[in-house]
Amino acid sequence: MTKKTNWRLLVGKIFLYLLMFLAAIAFAFPFYYMFVLSSWQNIFSNPPRFWFGTDVAHNFKALTTQIPFLVNFFNSFGIATLGTIGTVIVATVCGYGFSKFDFKGKNILMTFVLSTMMIPPFLNIIPFFQMMKTFKWLNTWLPLVIPAMGSAYGVFLMTQFLKNSVPESLIDAARIDGLNEIGILANIVFPLGKNGIAVLGTITFVNSWNNFMGALVMLPNYKKSTLPVALSTMMQRSDTSWGGLMLGTLLSVMPLLIVIIFFSKQIIGNLTAGSVKG
Amino acid sequence: MNKKWTPYLLISPFFVFFLIFGLYPIGYSLVMSFQKYGLGGKVQFVGLFNYKLMLTEDPYFWKSLINTSILLVFGSLLQHVFAIPLAIMLNTKFLKGRDIFKTTFFLPFITSTVSVVIIFTRIFSENYGFVNFVLKAIGLDPVRWMSDPTAIKVLLSIIINWKWIGWNTIIYLAGLQAIPDDLYEAARIDGASEIAQGLKITIPLLVPIIFFSTTMSVIGGMQMFDEPYVLLGGYELMGGTANSGLTTAFYILTQGMRWLRFGKASAISWLLFAVILILTTINRFVTKKINSDN
Repeated sequence: MTKKTNWRLLVGKIFLYLLMFLAAIAFAFPFYYMFVLSSWQNIFSNPPRFWFGTDVAHNFKALTTQIPFLVNFFNSFGIATLGTIGTVIVATVCGYGFSKFDFKGKNILMTFVLSTMMIPPFLNIIPFFQMMKTFKWLNTWLPLVIPAMGSAYGVFLMTQFLKNSVPESLIDAARIDGLNEIGILANIVFPLGKNGIAVLGTITFVNSWNNFMGALVMLPNYKKSTLPVALSTMMQRSDTSWGGLMLGTLLSVMPLLIVIIFFSKQIIGNLTAGSVKG
Repeated sequence: MNKKWTPYLLISPFFVFFLIFGLYPIGYSLVMSFQKYGLGGKVQFVGLFNYKLMLTEDPYFWKSLINTSILLVFGSLLQHVFAIPLAIMLNTKFLKGRDIFKTTFFLPFITSTVSVVIIFTRIFSENYGFVNFVLKAIGLDPVRWMSDPTAIKVLLSIIINWKWIGWNTIIYLAGLQAIPDDLYEAARIDGASEIAQGLKITIPLLVPIIFFSTTMSVIGGMQMFDEPYVLLGGYELMGGTANSGLTTAFYILTQGMRWLRFGKASAISWLLFAVILILTTINRFVTKKINSDN
């Protein structure tokens, strides 16, 4: 009896690992292919390229000739960083207000915030574009940085988080010691809310770094735009340097790839925490 | 500082940004949907004309809704059929290297759609792609992935599945890990087989997460724009052969950003929003019913 079940267990184990490895290959292979192709000047061959070439330097030159890659990289990074910092500050301050004070109209305002969380971005992108045209903000970073600070999701997340992680007694003690609200925010709310801030910050940064539609509408000129817009424009050229494009894709994916390989537990935890509890 | 005003002061920055950049454009969008934008900036009130036009005369609008629905089934919903078993397998006690598998499955989620599509155009390239090479090697005909109308939808579905399966797997895994071991222990003592445990414990407890995740997938899938836009040559080609990849969100941006028909674009947006609301309501209704049945 025990021998029989052991056999079944062994077969099950082998089968499980087999399926896991197949799935892992399916998810990892496109990344491998990206690395391989970015090292060939001529990516077209039959049978397809399967191993690395030696044309990385050439491809980098082709990439920077066809798009201003470093400008695009700087724009992507700048927009994601400023947007994240702004969103985190506004959401944490607002979340502090909602979680630690009682005031008239609080419930109505909170319900209002919650009900706006479901508004899909396509609903206001056209009028928002018109608005940005009037503001003369098109082809600048502003439309991708400033509006993000009105993130209802961020307020909801930080309100929930601060409710549990900042003890009221500590705030009261600080007030007795004569600390004003700015002092309380700086010395108590932000430090104690750092896990929630990490969750919101990770989500905001990844979304902003990968944002395509917003950048396409607000920064349509690829020379002044972010990486996704520049790469998609380069792909649509008639004389695309595909080796260069693959290298550009690789370099645009690399920052998040490196971060997640080293901090996979925290990053996956942060990204999913916002979803499971939200 | 007046203490009474402190909370209002704290929440005001958010509301200022939100009212200007979030709420105002939505109201503006509703107004726009009743207007016609002529050449030279002439704006005219046309009532429900834009809506009527879309619902009764515009073949692209219906085509885009059908395309979106097909991709919703084979992209947004199908991914859960893969994600749930993967999560169950990842949750197996004796599995070693769980974190490595988790990270690998999760990589597509943090990769931008544009990068994903660029890589997939090479893997599925008609003459030099890896997939067609394999198909030919095993004696099948190569597929014209980016020009055959059906193949376009298959490729888009593959891309959506690849990008999102890992994300959902991790969400389901979190749900599975939250199920207390005592439940299985008790079932085992009662002599329940492993399959019975799965059917009677695991699946029922996963139901709320399944509905939450599919709702999120449906809301996301209804808004699909990046994938067909990048894969199929942007606004000019409007979704490739026979508009096979023209999703509704894609059509909104084509109307608005390429043809500058802001009124029509806004009308389609509100129609799409209505569809999403209906689907979400149905989903909520079903979830409530299932929860009360248990």
